[in-house]
Amino acid sequence: MKPGRDGPAWLRWAGPAVVGLAFLLAWHLFVVVKGIPRYIVPSPVLVLETLWRDWPLLSRSLLVTLEITGLALFFSVLLGTLLSFLFVQSRTIEASLLPYAVILQVTPIIAIAPLVIIWVKEPLPALVICATVAAIFPVISNTTMGLKSVDPALADLFRMYGASRLQVLLRLRIPSAAPYFFAGLKVAAALALIGAVVAEFVAGTGGTESGLAYQILMAGLQLNIPRLFAALLLITAAGIALFLAASLLSWLALRHWHESEVTREI
Amino acid sequence: MSNGPSNAGKAIAVHLHGADKVFPTGLRALAPIDLVLREGEIVTLLGPSGCGKSTLLRLVARLIEPSSGSVALWPGADDVAARRLAFVFQHPTLMPWGRVESNVRLPLDLARLPAGEASRRVAHALGLVGLRDFSRAYPRELSGGMQMRVSIARALVTEPQLLLMDEPFGALDEIARSRLDRDVAALAAHEKLTVLFVTHSIYEAAFLSTRVLVMSARPGRILKEVAIDAPQPRGDDFRGSDAFAHACAELSRHLAFAAEGALA
Repeated sequence: MKPGRDGPAWLRWAGPAVVGLAFLLAWHLFVVVKGIPRYIVPSPVLVLETLWRDWPLLSRSLLVTLEITGLALFFSVLLGTLLSFLFVQSRTIEASLLPYAVILQVTPIIAIAPLVIIWVKEPLPALVICATVAAIFPVISNTTMGLKSVDPALADLFRMYGASRLQVLLRLRIPSAAPYFFAGLKVAAALALIGAVVAEFVAGTGGTESGLAYQILMAGLQLNIPRLFAALLLITAAGIALFLAASLLSWLALRHWHESEVTREI
Repeated sequence: MSNGPSNAGKAIAVHLHGADKVFPTGLRALAPIDLVLREGEIVTLLGPSGCGKSTLLRLVARLIEPSSGSVALWPGADDVAARRLAFVFQHPTLMPWGRVESNVRLPLDLARLPAGEASRRVAHALGLVGLRDFSRAYPRELSGGMQMRVSIARALVTEPQLLLMDEPFGALDEIARSRLDRDVAALAAHEKLTVLFVTHSIYEAAFLSTRVLVMSARPGRILKEVAIDAPQPRGDDFRGSDAFAHACAELSRHLAFAAEGALA
């Protein structure tokens, strides 16, 4: 840790905490002093109360959204890394398939979601497909780049000692790709959640599964703004938790050797 | 071509016959080279940057093929298949994700050597370079000189007969370089290695070599051969000797000539 730039450790927690508390306090005072009606802006206290009161309902929705997100993240990592392995096997394969991966990426998920939801009758698979499409690209592009970012001198060394293709893949390409993969995973975790929420929105009240986006949609229609805020809070918390989980995995895998995760003692 | 006095009768380890290299871009890196290395010799290729020293070394290592001519290793030996060469790169070239022991072990793992035998050899190689206590460290925790020692241990772990070194200590400070040069000389004698060493340091060449081949650039060719007659392995006291001073002066003269040739 460099004290000059980051300051002491407690400041990294205390700084954001003070800003957050000040913001909540200002929000609360603003709502109370101005007498803003709860169907326009609820106070933070009311949001917490609603979260507590509606917990049975909201927690069920949270689990649904997390299930979609988790499955989407699983499939985007699985399919994304498999596609990356395919891409690095030959330039022809990569050149033929990469444009379609890019097309998938640049087409907004919100525009594809209605089609997927029409085509796939079951709501859960439909939503998982949408969220997977949203999350897969960073996995593909980062892992592909990582698998190619092999130190040429190390590649020479492996060749000189007669390494097989499999040995090169397992002992050289995959470890070289790990930092890139984990950077992609952090982005994919956030995108999977966004994809899940967007797809739920599109599925709307027609969907039988009631995730957090469904709760937001319903709360908005019913002008139940405190519940809307509470659901929003849960989505944000889920996003942060996913990001932290991905960061933890990255740290566990890279802490011994990669610059991004090594804490310098000096 | 004359050989080191004590090695004249030894078997041939490396034989290049009219080997040259023209890259696909049309760049001629090496003019046809004739070179004979005998077992037990330490031969240094000395020359300015871009004179094809590394290309020559890579030809010997079979990392690249000659455009014409031939490269033969141990041409007279009947156990060629059992003989090995090892290459030490310009940089340590360690796997940053592996501990020192797994880096040194890599060539044995790739060859699927039984675990027990591999461990014994790794410990032995780490002992040779004085890093027995650092087997659990990660490369980034070591100094540049220690990383280079790991790289040498990895080369030695296959118990090679021929060691090819491509400016291995170029990035190190003078003190670390001198110590490693001394260690290489001792290891070569102890392990009965034939060494082909690339450098652009006159002192390094004079200290290590039984023979120095001074190269000039574009295309790379061997301009001059200088034999350095002093017993191997040499210790630090050799650096203060008249023989060392004379060798340096002579190499310096030839190198200046080679560099001029490169400019012309």
